[in-house]
Amino acid sequence: MKSIADIKAIREKMQSEIIMRDNKDVEEIRVVVGMATCGISAGARPVYNALVEEVLKRNLKNVKIARTGCLGMCKLEPIVEVYVPNQEKVTYCHVTPEKAVNIVVNHLVNGKVCTEYLVGSEE
Amino acid sequence: MRELSLNVLDIAENSFKAKATLVEISIVQKENLLTITIKDNGCGMDEDFLKRVVDPYTTTRTTRKVGMGIPLFKMVAEQSGGNFHITSEKGKGTVVTATFLVDHLDRPPLGDIAETIVSMIGNLEGSDLVFYYEAFGQDFTLDTRLVRKELENIPINTPEILVFLRDMIKENIKTDYRGVSL
Repeated sequence: MKSIADIKAIREKMQSEIIMRDNKDVEEIRVVVGMATCGISAGARPVYNALVEEVLKRNLKNVKIARTGCLGMCKLEPIVEVYVPNQEKVTYCHVTPEKAVNIVVNHLVNGKVCTEYLVGSEE
Repeated sequence: MRELSLNVLDIAENSFKAKATLVEISIVQKENLLTITIKDNGCGMDEDFLKRVVDPYTTTRTTRKVGMGIPLFKMVAEQSGGNFHITSEKGKGTVVTATFLVDHLDRPPLGDIAETIVSMIGNLEGSDLVFYYEAFGQDFTLDTRLVRKELENIPINTPEILVFLRDMIKENIKTDYRGVSL
């Protein structure tokens, strides 16, 4: 059974990776999930966790996943915003864990915005 | 809210917004009673606000006039044959307690509490979280202060750590026993 003692091994592995990353000086992509009452009840938590899992799976070291409060468009929740440096902010709505995986693959990895999930594009 | 753990996630968010440096979440099942407590050392509320806080038309938000988190949690406790209680002191913190009858037909399932706790740990910033879980005679505690100590200079919100903590919680808690599930 996993315990807190196992963290040491992960830490040692990560510490060597961090030294490598610090030398590269890559720009950070920020992914923000709306997680107020409206977002949570619409399913933001599985979306957040799917993003974390996919970013880990693809070993994306320059991506930061954060949470925020209500974005004022409760009807469109779960909402995910992507901030790529020097690019316009992209807002995705009605995101599901499956769509979240596609956003990581297409947008964060390949740089292609998933236009079908954008605010205003949904049916 | 389809799961009680989503209510927990929602209520605890208020604690972090109230600038709490320590949030303690405890989920305890004893026989037919499930007790969920969210305790923080945040800014607290004055008496007047505390009286109005269960009203959906009370909120600290300035963008619009409704706040559904607390009223929804209260509703779900009361519809499950339980109680809802909130105490708060300005400058000291707030304690929210909700009880539920485990076998009540209208009690929503506890849901994915491991995912819930990890969603909070992803956004702790400077704060810390203690998660205590006790059910079917087995207990488990996760204290992010101890995790941070082990991590040294690695941030707690890196995906590797979050996924590890999620799996660790899942392995260490008992959510069903002899046909009773939380």
